[in-house]
Amino acid sequence: MSFLDIIQILDSTIRLATPLLLACLAGLFSERSGVVDIGLEGKMLVAAFFSAAVAAITGSVWIGLLAGIAAAVVFSLIHGLASITFRGDQLISGVAINFLAAGMTVLIAQDWFQQGSRTPALTGDARFGTIDLPFADALSGVPFLGPLYADALSGHTILVYVGFLAVPATWYVLFRTRFGLRLRAVGENPGAVDTAGVSVVRLRYAAVLICGLLTGLAGAYLATGLAAGFTKDMTAGRGFIALAALIFAKWRPWYALFACLLFGFLQAVSNRYSTLDLGIIEIPNAFVLALPYILTVVILAGFVGRAIPPRAGGQPYVKER
Amino acid sequence: MTAPAIELKGISKSFGPVQANKDIALRVMPGTIHGIIGENGAGKSTLMSILYGFYKADRGEIFVRGEKIEIPDSQAAIRSGIGMVFQHFKLVQNFTVLENIVLGAEEGALLRTSLGRARALLKQLSEEYELHVDPDAKIEDLGVGMQQRVEILKALYRRADILILDEPTGVLTPSEADHLFRILEGLKREGKTVILITHKLREIMEVTETVSVMRRGEMTATVKTAETSPEELAELMVGRKVLLRVDKDAAKPGETVLDVHDLKVRDGSGVERLRGVSLTVKRGEILGVAGVAGNGQSELLEVLGGMREGKGKVFVNGEPLDLTGAKSDARTRRKRGIGHVPEDRQREGLIMDFHAWENVGFGYHDDARYNRGLLMNNDALREDARAKIEKFDVRPTDCWQKAKNFSGGNQQKIVIARELEREPDLLLVGQPTRGVDIGAIEFIHEQIVALRDQGKAILLVSVELDEIMSLSDRIAVMFDGRIMGERLPSETSERELGLLMAGITDTEHDHTVEEVEANLAHSSGKAG
Repeated sequence: MSFLDIIQILDSTIRLATPLLLACLAGLFSERSGVVDIGLEGKMLVAAFFSAAVAAITGSVWIGLLAGIAAAVVFSLIHGLASITFRGDQLISGVAINFLAAGMTVLIAQDWFQQGSRTPALTGDARFGTIDLPFADALSGVPFLGPLYADALSGHTILVYVGFLAVPATWYVLFRTRFGLRLRAVGENPGAVDTAGVSVVRLRYAAVLICGLLTGLAGAYLATGLAAGFTKDMTAGRGFIALAALIFAKWRPWYALFACLLFGFLQAVSNRYSTLDLGIIEIPNAFVLALPYILTVVILAGFVGRAIPPRAGGQPYVKER
Repeated sequence: MTAPAIELKGISKSFGPVQANKDIALRVMPGTIHGIIGENGAGKSTLMSILYGFYKADRGEIFVRGEKIEIPDSQAAIRSGIGMVFQHFKLVQNFTVLENIVLGAEEGALLRTSLGRARALLKQLSEEYELHVDPDAKIEDLGVGMQQRVEILKALYRRADILILDEPTGVLTPSEADHLFRILEGLKREGKTVILITHKLREIMEVTETVSVMRRGEMTATVKTAETSPEELAELMVGRKVLLRVDKDAAKPGETVLDVHDLKVRDGSGVERLRGVSLTVKRGEILGVAGVAGNGQSELLEVLGGMREGKGKVFVNGEPLDLTGAKSDARTRRKRGIGHVPEDRQREGLIMDFHAWENVGFGYHDDARYNRGLLMNNDALREDARAKIEKFDVRPTDCWQKAKNFSGGNQQKIVIARELEREPDLLLVGQPTRGVDIGAIEFIHEQIVALRDQGKAILLVSVELDEIMSLSDRIAVMFDGRIMGERLPSETSERELGLLMAGITDTEHDHTVEEVEANLAHSSGKAG
């Protein structure tokens, strides 16, 4: 494995980690407020489709991005309506959203474009271009760090940088602001928030909306940054890997960053090599792809410290007598 | 004349067909401690929740300091200077004391400034009212007494001058309760108004100046505490004369039925909940196990009842009992003549969505008289249930009602009917009167004593010290998974038991509240 290989793997690690990271942070906001969200996958998928479709029609990726976010937010509101307002089962609502998204995107794509359930390939302004970080060219000659900076860190689309900046932003909001304190409290004990005179419903809707915004970014990045257009089921389980990363990260933003980078790295490795030759044994790439799930089970089983979810997660809030 | 701190006129509130409050009138004078007493379900908590904006009254007017106001939500109540300490604390377990106190009352969008200001104010408040807590401690590491102080501080931080406490002593040891009452006296001296909701007559007599009695959603009387007696209050609460003390003859203990040697239990996370418990219960006696909730009493009942595995030696009527493996289940225990009234009747004693007659048969389904070959003989089951419902005065007397439609007291009677009617040699009883009204308490106590007088052995676990004192023939006190000592009810006092419950065996000398709390926090930290 040459140095170039490593740089290329790191480069694709960052690209593959971005949608996971955005979705993982989305889930973090939702679950920290006590709304369990297994519909991340579905929301990413509708965002991917509408961003690609609108970008293809208008020729502007920015309008596409807005459409993608809007679609994910609408799906978030459906989840909010079911689980906050009508106090329904959050898992069922999430599953329904995933099914709805999978079916709806394919159907509309076929109806609009007649290209076998995909959008036309995006080109030019209908896709996100790459951004070179400052001094990338000048520094590329520096040994080791130069290529690392110029080829792995630089040259991604804007959404990649947004995703990585969302980590400190999430941490700040959650642990340094009034909104964050209330959000964490409502996921632990909504009764405490209610009796303190703060609306449980409003807080949870705010969290669900932020979740919609972030899954919108994640989906739009998939279709207009990572790929050049929408294809059927293109999220390919990323929403679930993001959920796994969220558990792996114990619902903390910085841990989420490392979890998503790790899972992105595993994807990058398995994309590059069909089998992984470790000298003594050969590992098939299917195993590498399964690693995120295996690691999550290990974490959940309590082998590597305990992952304690927000206490009120999954429970609709009803005032007690 | 000064305006009342709180005046309610014609407050009514219904939940569906149930009228929780009927045309309530109440006046609470400023700078007093006002008690509100009533049985479970009398509507006390509903009334106070209306005052705190948790529920909205269907009808009626609320005046605070002479001014008519609307209280649509808790924020409005807080603005009017009303604070409430709920029975089940409304605290975020993994937040610090300080974070819990500022939650919802932050100054500004960033936490740093609000936490800084809160810290200063908290220090001042703790000194003023002797409510010492560590602002940086996590709630989950604090004992219940401390948590309650945090709730009081939360209200004071919001500048409450009318403080409502809902059943505040249910979770406290006697010495913690005394300390709470001293805090309340201090608040009164500072001119604050305290409303104390309770069903314990003793507390009302000790600390209040005025007491209002509620029964079935109505305010039946308001009297000066100095001019009334516990007997009169009990009569006002229940609507008829009640016997406050248990009427029983001296025990005539026979041979040993239950013999427990060095019993140990670990819970799911490996924490040792029972650390070598030994005790005996004889025929014709009631052994009461006292202790603050969470010190191993529940585990003791569960092991003996066959709901949990343990280590050690247990003999029933001289025969050893399997503590692990297939023969350690509840069914085998029942066949050995052990009846069990579990602590949590709604989770372990009944299936709430099943009919009364089905619940009366649980655990004895394989009994020959309920079976006809492969099929259940439901007619026999129902007939049996009807007889028991009548004998144990379960109301309504309809065996087709679902368990959840009975009141707490009647649910408990169903469980007790099921267990007592088998005439077990050994009866395990956990919290027999938790959430049960006074009338039913009297009845349940009578039944337990009657079983004792038939020569059965009874192991009673209760966190209500009054109940332990009045029912038991011997009292064992548990703390931190061990028996701290055994006493005879006639030769001990609540004070002595209270110290044992806090793990202090040296009961001759005086102990400060801080010592007691330090001990309790230590054990609950380990247990939690």
